[in-house]
Amino acid sequence: MTPIQITIPTESIHVNNTVIKKAGLALFSTGLLFFLISFTSATDISPVFFFIFSVGLGSLGALIFFYGQYKNNLIPGVKKNRLMFLEATNKGLLGWTAAVFLTSFYICLYWFPEVFINAAKPFDWMSMLLRNIPSDQWFLYGALYTLAVIIMGIRMIIHNRHNRYQIIRTCSVIFFQLGFAFLIPSILLLLNEPGFYFSYFWPLKYDYLFPGTLDYLMKSPGALGTFMAFWAVMMTFIVLPTFTYFFGKRWYCSWVCGCGGLAETLGDPYRHLSDKSLKSWKYERYIIHSVLLVIIILTTLLWVNSYLQGDILGRFTDTYAKVYGFVIGAGFAGVAGVGFYPLMGARVWCRFGCPLAAILGLLQKKISRFRITTNGAQCISCGNCSTYCEMGIDVRSYAQNGKNIIRSSCVGCGICAEVCPRGVLKLENGPLVTKYN
Amino acid sequence: MENIIIIGNGIAGITTARFIRKMSDKNITVISSESKYFYSRTALMYIYMGVMKHKDIKPYEDWFWEKNKINLINDYVQKIDTEKKQVILSTGINLFYDKLVIATGSKSNKFGWKGQDYAGVQGLYSLQDLDLMEQNTKGVSRAVIVGGGLIGIEMAEMLSSRNIPVTFLVREKSYWENILPIEESEMINKHIREHGMDLRLDTQLKEIKADNSGKVKSIITDKDEEIECQFVGLTAGVSPNIDLLKDTSIETGRGVLVNDYLETNVPGIYSAGDCVEIKSETAGGKNRIEQLWYTGRMHGEVVAKNICGKKTKYERGILFNSAKFLDIEYQTYGLVNFKMPGEKNLYWEDKDSKHSIRIVYTDEGVIGFNLMGIRYRQSVCEKWIKDKRSVEYVLTHLSEANFDPEFFTHFESAIVSIYNTQNPLKKITLKTKRWFFKKQA
Repeated sequence: MTPIQITIPTESIHVNNTVIKKAGLALFSTGLLFFLISFTSATDISPVFFFIFSVGLGSLGALIFFYGQYKNNLIPGVKKNRLMFLEATNKGLLGWTAAVFLTSFYICLYWFPEVFINAAKPFDWMSMLLRNIPSDQWFLYGALYTLAVIIMGIRMIIHNRHNRYQIIRTCSVIFFQLGFAFLIPSILLLLNEPGFYFSYFWPLKYDYLFPGTLDYLMKSPGALGTFMAFWAVMMTFIVLPTFTYFFGKRWYCSWVCGCGGLAETLGDPYRHLSDKSLKSWKYERYIIHSVLLVIIILTTLLWVNSYLQGDILGRFTDTYAKVYGFVIGAGFAGVAGVGFYPLMGARVWCRFGCPLAAILGLLQKKISRFRITTNGAQCISCGNCSTYCEMGIDVRSYAQNGKNIIRSSCVGCGICAEVCPRGVLKLENGPLVTKYN
Repeated sequence: MENIIIIGNGIAGITTARFIRKMSDKNITVISSESKYFYSRTALMYIYMGVMKHKDIKPYEDWFWEKNKINLINDYVQKIDTEKKQVILSTGINLFYDKLVIATGSKSNKFGWKGQDYAGVQGLYSLQDLDLMEQNTKGVSRAVIVGGGLIGIEMAEMLSSRNIPVTFLVREKSYWENILPIEESEMINKHIREHGMDLRLDTQLKEIKADNSGKVKSIITDKDEEIECQFVGLTAGVSPNIDLLKDTSIETGRGVLVNDYLETNVPGIYSAGDCVEIKSETAGGKNRIEQLWYTGRMHGEVVAKNICGKKTKYERGILFNSAKFLDIEYQTYGLVNFKMPGEKNLYWEDKDSKHSIRIVYTDEGVIGFNLMGIRYRQSVCEKWIKDKRSVEYVLTHLSEANFDPEFFTHFESAIVSIYNTQNPLKKITLKTKRWFFKKQA
């Protein structure tokens, strides 16, 4: 009998929307090009034109790219396919270029602000609208930061549309970034109030408990300044520990914080780049606790100094504060923190530097009800959890031994539980007696 | 000091080594011809898919072995001399042992299909197979997978991740139907097709055809259909890899024959993992071959204890397993689809065909759980089965078993209402947990 030749239907699932993705990429690149041109005096021609062609086109391009990426990807589920092959996410040429670009952007932002004189102009209309003063490099930065969180947040939500924890969490970081870290501080300026961030606390926002800042807030007209001073003190000493007791540090680090917000959205494609070795954990503990110690000493010195009215160590403390601002505030949190996303993952600052994360971490480890539980003996040691832990925790080393994961650095993003192909991990708040099983 | 030699560095061999080290300071040597360092075999697929790299699927960093004084040898064992108590490696080195552990795993089944050795035809078991697959699937416009088990669907997912169209031949009338109950099995059929795969149930491979260069060009099914393809994945199960023991006095059947202590007939020689065939204690009973990650680990632990003088019987306990079929997770506890006398099944399936809960019970109590797309706690399910809890008790407390992430929809009330409809005389109300005081089993 001669075999029957059969025709197989072509599957729509393999349509690879290359055209849409390329169009999106082209638009995004055009936007990027206009953004670079906006650093020249060309913006004088028409700042609004430049806004539309840089930020507008760039955002549109990114959204069109994601549309192409997910259009035929109709079945929701964990999709980390090909991440290890891509130039951008595997420290290829694209990744390095992005790292160099981001790093130079931050270096200019902190130390060569004059570079931004022209680039800030396209944002004038927005700045005038929100704050009634012209834009500057910090407004430009804030606006781009928020935009990145929103657009990459949309991507994060589509990517994880099967996981309600991720959807709600991503909405939360977008909400706090847009509202509390961008709109409210701007509008406060419009109302002649201090541009206060209600979502950042000492010691991440290290000057919020400095005597000078509290003094300035108390003296600002109206009751709002006093409330801000009260807020800053109360959040750090009462609300942070209480919330961390109930939910672990995740309520802040991966739900509210702006640094975390950018890491969880823009940084999501880079989470596997964090180092998981035991050695890196060792460095992590030394460095992050040193930063915490340094900021505690600095704050104490400032208070002692203000009490003694600057008689002792006045100049030393001033220099100390400046050096901290330069090295930690700008160099570590900014330049390395975001600049190294495409090389070391998105949580470099949160993992190695952030003193607030250090405090919350200690609370999480010692007193919190939070833990990640392991489901019996179901672990197959595949390594998805460890690979996709942005904090560099070797989750597998706990899971394969049936142990709960209790680590001060865990920000509770929930990705380990999501990528686990055997349903072994779960983020839980529970009684302290069952914390270590 | 006693010399322990372990042949094979999969999960069974490595677990043996690790537990011996935990309990003693014996000299431990692990020999593998596949790779120097232990890696997670179940994660091979993720390398091909670009989800992880080889370094990511190694559960221990490389310094771990030296620190724990476990010698690793990347070599092929040519011969075992049980008289002189030594193993001979392909490089000519002889190693003496006091205790020997055979943990050689399994190999892909080939059932003598015509053309099964052509270029482009392969199974998937080892790192070498993965490299081969990388080569074999370059520029392929269609792949055929033969055999509807777990490796088959993994291979299908791998190929799909590279946009290679897949034809999937399954001998059974429904995917994995000898393990999965029919409803769940049909759910997976649907899901495979939803992924655009050409699933052919009740279809077997008859012949593989090659072009002039000896490379596969098509296959012919038992329905005499010819399907053009440049790659054929043979995934019709695995069987114990015991070629090494052919000319030794170690007793073998389908696998290495061992008793309940995982000892072979030769004193001082043990066996663990996929290669083991456990003799039935009862005459006329069935010998068991267990080829799961979890059983490999349990075997390893038992062998280690026996080698260290803590006589321990291997007891599997309440059965459990899990897998992931493309995007649908699967967990099972206890006896599901065993067709036990007097068994009743309570089954609920979501209308999206992505979630289901099955509770199997008899008049004496619950005996099994089967979950698709939903995670349940192993400890809770096991305890209920062990304690022979009634189905009414289990349904009332079902929320305690749920292990899904926070904010996920819980479906426990749906299955309770099915039970209530079927048994109008019993009105079961589901206990919901209060968030602060929730108990953990």
